[in-house]
Amino acid sequence: MSRIADCFQRLADNRQKALVVYVVAGDPTPAITVPLMHDMVASGASIIELGVPFTDPEAEGPVIQLAHERAMRHRVILRNTIAMVASFREQDTVTPVVLMGYINPIEAMGYEAFAALAASAGVDGTILVNVPPEEGRVLDQAMISQGLDPIYLLAPTTPEARARMIFERTRGFTYYVSVKGTTGAGNLDIDEVTRRVAAFKAYATTPIVVGFGIKDGESAAQIARVSDGAVVGTALVSLIAANEQDPVRLREAVSELVADMRAAMDAVS
Amino acid sequence: MTSTVEDDGQAASEVRAAGINEALTVMPDEKGHFGPYGGQFVSEILMTALAELDQAYRHLKNDKNFLAEFHHDLEHYVGRPSPLYFAERLTKQMGGARIMLKREDLNHTGAHKINNCIGQALLAKYMGKPRVIAETGAGQHGVASATVAARFGLKCRVYMGSDDIARQSPNVYRMKLLGAEVVPVTSGSRTLKDALSEAMRDWVTNVDDTYYIIGTVAGPHPYPMLVRDFQSVIGIEARAQCLKQFGTMPDAIVACVGGGSNAMGIFYPFLEDRDVRLIGVEPAGHGLETGQHAAPLSTGKIGILQGNRTYLMQDSDGQVLDTYSISAGLDYPGVGPEHAWLKDIKRAEYVAVDDKQALHAFRQLNRLEGILPALESAHGLAYAMDLAATMSKDEIIIVNLSGRGDKDIPTMAKIDGISLD
Ligand SMILES: Cc1ncc(COP(=O)(O)O)c(C=O)c1O
Repeated sequence: MSRIADCFQRLADNRQKALVVYVVAGDPTPAITVPLMHDMVASGASIIELGVPFTDPEAEGPVIQLAHERAMRHRVILRNTIAMVASFREQDTVTPVVLMGYINPIEAMGYEAFAALAASAGVDGTILVNVPPEEGRVLDQAMISQGLDPIYLLAPTTPEARARMIFERTRGFTYYVSVKGTTGAGNLDIDEVTRRVAAFKAYATTPIVVGFGIKDGESAAQIARVSDGAVVGTALVSLIAANEQDPVRLREAVSELVADMRAAMDAVS
Repeated sequence: MTSTVEDDGQAASEVRAAGINEALTVMPDEKGHFGPYGGQFVSEILMTALAELDQAYRHLKNDKNFLAEFHHDLEHYVGRPSPLYFAERLTKQMGGARIMLKREDLNHTGAHKINNCIGQALLAKYMGKPRVIAETGAGQHGVASATVAARFGLKCRVYMGSDDIARQSPNVYRMKLLGAEVVPVTSGSRTLKDALSEAMRDWVTNVDDTYYIIGTVAGPHPYPMLVRDFQSVIGIEARAQCLKQFGTMPDAIVACVGGGSNAMGIFYPFLEDRDVRLIGVEPAGHGLETGQHAAPLSTGKIGILQGNRTYLMQDSDGQVLDTYSISAGLDYPGVGPEHAWLKDIKRAEYVAVDDKQALHAFRQLNRLEGILPALESAHGLAYAMDLAATMSKDEIIIVNLSGRGDKDIPTMAKIDGISLD
């Protein structure tokens, strides 16, 4: 079984939901990323989404855009992001790590070369914000042949017929973007999320995690109750930005928020 | 050409009506691909909105009322047809082929951009969207969008890079006079590319009530197709005007290429006239060898940005490079996917002209013809002037004079060390 499938099995056995954490590789410095990944796992994170820095993160809100800029200042790009995963794997062989970002760096590297490099580093899958299933066929083949999961997204605007098509293509898990907007936008409409996730569940082929608008233990717990997991990104990246000059405090602050969310989620499941 | 006859573009059917052979005009495919280029590389949130737009457009492009309104406004509001003007003194100076100017600068709001905006504002109206957004570089598309928003009673917000706001101030004020809100974009390179990303962010947030008027033949499908179709009125007119004035086809057509809409608009109806050379002129900025330019077709590799696969200025790691051109409207690292395809199949040629050559052409046209061209258009003109000199006197070049240069007066005055305050 893949690390992602193992992870959801383990969570189910423990009657827990997935806490999926997002940080941008190299934000604010390359040296902090791998220790931060271990910290988050120690605090209860189930899956790590590692953002791949890109010059034009067109689906991100201002907080994550700035994280991309901070990482780019250190020339963190796809190749050294993958190297960070290899370094993380020296100590952690169980926590799934998926790369999240935009297609162009992968296009430039070449699909086959990317899939081979990512698989050998211990990457488990990708979430590519600007690749809908229609445009992902060729890349999917390269990834699947290396044992990598292409993870697709659902949106509030996705109609049922399309959601069914997405579930035929997605692997590992599926990411429901709960808010119309960019990352960090808007407020969670928990009733709406509940309704949509329940409808997806009727034909879902994978676990469904929900992201956007989850910023603390309370919102994470609300989401955990109605789905297979909660994704937190902007809230973590804001803490990183606020503590950019103080790496010790930065790691503490991130660990505290992850631990809070874990505790709140475990209390309801 | 069997099953798609019903369904291939308003421009294609007009092209057919004008008796033009259409084999190259069937692109894109159903999913918006021009060979390997184009497509829909956007977030899931937008896929449904793009499908709705595609569906609405495929229906409306054959709708009599829609087309009647479009052509009515092109005639009575934009002032079409625009003249095909013989630049006699410029021709004499170059001593070669006849230089004909397709006078898009005479359109209402001063550029070709308005043709597309009328079409898209009508789409917004028919789709029941009360709010429009747009990105702009030179400000010409922003002005044209704000103009049609006023004309059709739509709310309008325009995103513009803060660097461009500084160099195109007359257009910024003009958009405000038209009732639009102008939002400065300070991320990334603070130019057109970043304005486009910011407009996409607005669109994903407000997709229910908002129509995004993209200003060029780029972005995700169906934009490259529908912008081309709306702009192809330029080529349809130019072809008929040339036949009428000379009884023959032109030998070459020259147009500047930013995103590529004025070029696609004039090229498209000539695609099947294989003897007509189609030449797109990219901005070489300080020179292709300096890296400070915005000429992806001349130098770039293939990449994916802002919804489509195309030629793109990027480094070997797939990060997008900053661009430079004296002309804000050409300062963009990508290019419309249909141009990428036309380059690969060798139906069109792409060349580059630097700032200096463009400025020279800009001054020449003022002095010799009494016409103030946009700096964007001056790039096409510069190449056409040199080309004319190598051709014989009975040959004909049509230059798409895509816009007028009033907006560039502050930039030019600064270069000339003149204070306008
Ligand atoms: C007068 C003029 N010409 C050309 C362009 C470049 O756009 P495109 O390549 O889409 O025609 C612009 C863009 O602002 C413009 O204002």
